[in-house]
Amino acid sequence: MRRTKRISVIAAALILARKDLAIEFRTRTAFFSAVVFALLGIVIFYFAWDPTAVAAIDLAPGVLWVIFTFAGLLGLHRSFGVEIADRAIDGLLGAPVSREAIYLGKALANLVFVGAVEAITIPAVALFYNMPFGGQGFAIAAIALLASIGLVAVGTLFSAMAVNTRLAELLLPMLSLPFFVPVVMPAAQATARLLAGRPVAEVASWLRILIAFDIAFVTACMLAFPFTLEE
Amino acid sequence: MSDISLRGEATEAPVAPSRVRGGGIDWFFVVAVLLVAVTFVRVIYFTPIEATQGPAQKIFYLHLPAALAAFMAFGLVALTSILYLWLKDPKLDLLAESSAEVGVVFTTMVLISGPLWGKPVWGTWWTWDARLTLTLFLWFIYVGYLVLRGAIDDPAMRARYSAVLGILGALLIPFIHLSVYLFRTLHPMPIVLKPSAPSLPKEMLETLALSFGSFTVLFFAFLRARYHLALERAAIEAEERR
Repeated sequence: MRRTKRISVIAAALILARKDLAIEFRTRTAFFSAVVFALLGIVIFYFAWDPTAVAAIDLAPGVLWVIFTFAGLLGLHRSFGVEIADRAIDGLLGAPVSREAIYLGKALANLVFVGAVEAITIPAVALFYNMPFGGQGFAIAAIALLASIGLVAVGTLFSAMAVNTRLAELLLPMLSLPFFVPVVMPAAQATARLLAGRPVAEVASWLRILIAFDIAFVTACMLAFPFTLEE
Repeated sequence: MSDISLRGEATEAPVAPSRVRGGGIDWFFVVAVLLVAVTFVRVIYFTPIEATQGPAQKIFYLHLPAALAAFMAFGLVALTSILYLWLKDPKLDLLAESSAEVGVVFTTMVLISGPLWGKPVWGTWWTWDARLTLTLFLWFIYVGYLVLRGAIDDPAMRARYSAVLGILGALLIPFIHLSVYLFRTLHPMPIVLKPSAPSLPKEMLETLALSFGSFTVLFFAFLRARYHLALERAAIEAEERR
């Protein structure tokens, strides 16, 4: 071992996240498929309801969050999927970084991925569903960030587990979706209220659930992650 | 967590094949079934019919103890999962597996008996009440747990992964409860109040206590039988790998 100096967990996580994002940026396959999937979803959802019977403003928050969840799953599946090819995970495990740093790096890269998908999807929903997001833009971005942290925290851990199983593509959503309930429900409810012009104070209890979920599951998943790696 | 202990874990049977119980009658199980039968006889013939709900109320004597057994089961999954990650004893993993499966059976019982009572009393099979929704998600989490176990071949990996899921699942329950509760209170639904049991007549209270007791025994009988099956399977798996 030439370099004996161990870098800090955060620094290691940033390097790992940059590696994943560099791979994604050069290929862009997962990102484009997730964005196209999200846009398709938005369009198809519109035709699943009778627009004369259900107002678009009632539809938009639910559509937004269901689409994020499924588009996010596409990205999460790829997160550890890329490490399976050529057993790249062995290189990662052999690197002088802690297991927690691997988890944080992966989660960070996934957060950027989901955030980028959202940055395109939210304006697209505003456009297609004729939504006045402008006034509440900041609050909705904050909800999106809080919800994404929760989705990514759980999803990253389950991605690491699912890739090593048979039925990986099926197992990831099956394990993740029950865990996404306390994220998607508050996020959609809070978004709906903000779009209806209600004050931020009215959604405070939903935001508290999101924050509590983020704290609990980022901690728990980081602690649990080392157990999901092969020795 | 050394390499050696993990490799040992993967190849050794938790119990030597010779020590695994063979055929014969499971007397504990027989007693449990008899107790449940006695309970049902008492429920049907020796317990008064509730004035407003009619005979449908008697489903409570199945529904409530089944829910209690399900909660015991999932609590045991969380406990054995934590202990497994700490002690790495494969028996704890097999106990968690058995408990999860028995818990899913009891949760299914709750989910079937609930609507059967709900239709005549509430006027609807299903409603998105906080408690109903939580029970449904409990069922999803632990069915997912069993599917995950089925999708992994290596026993050590299966044990670690399912322990992680068993712990996270228990952590998830309060969050689902909180969000479905908030969802319901923000959208009040025309639900007939769920009758709790503050002042049950003596006969009903005794029957309920008896059903709790007999279902608890039934739970442990199921768990014991399923655990023995898990031990036998693990012994065969280890034999094949040799």
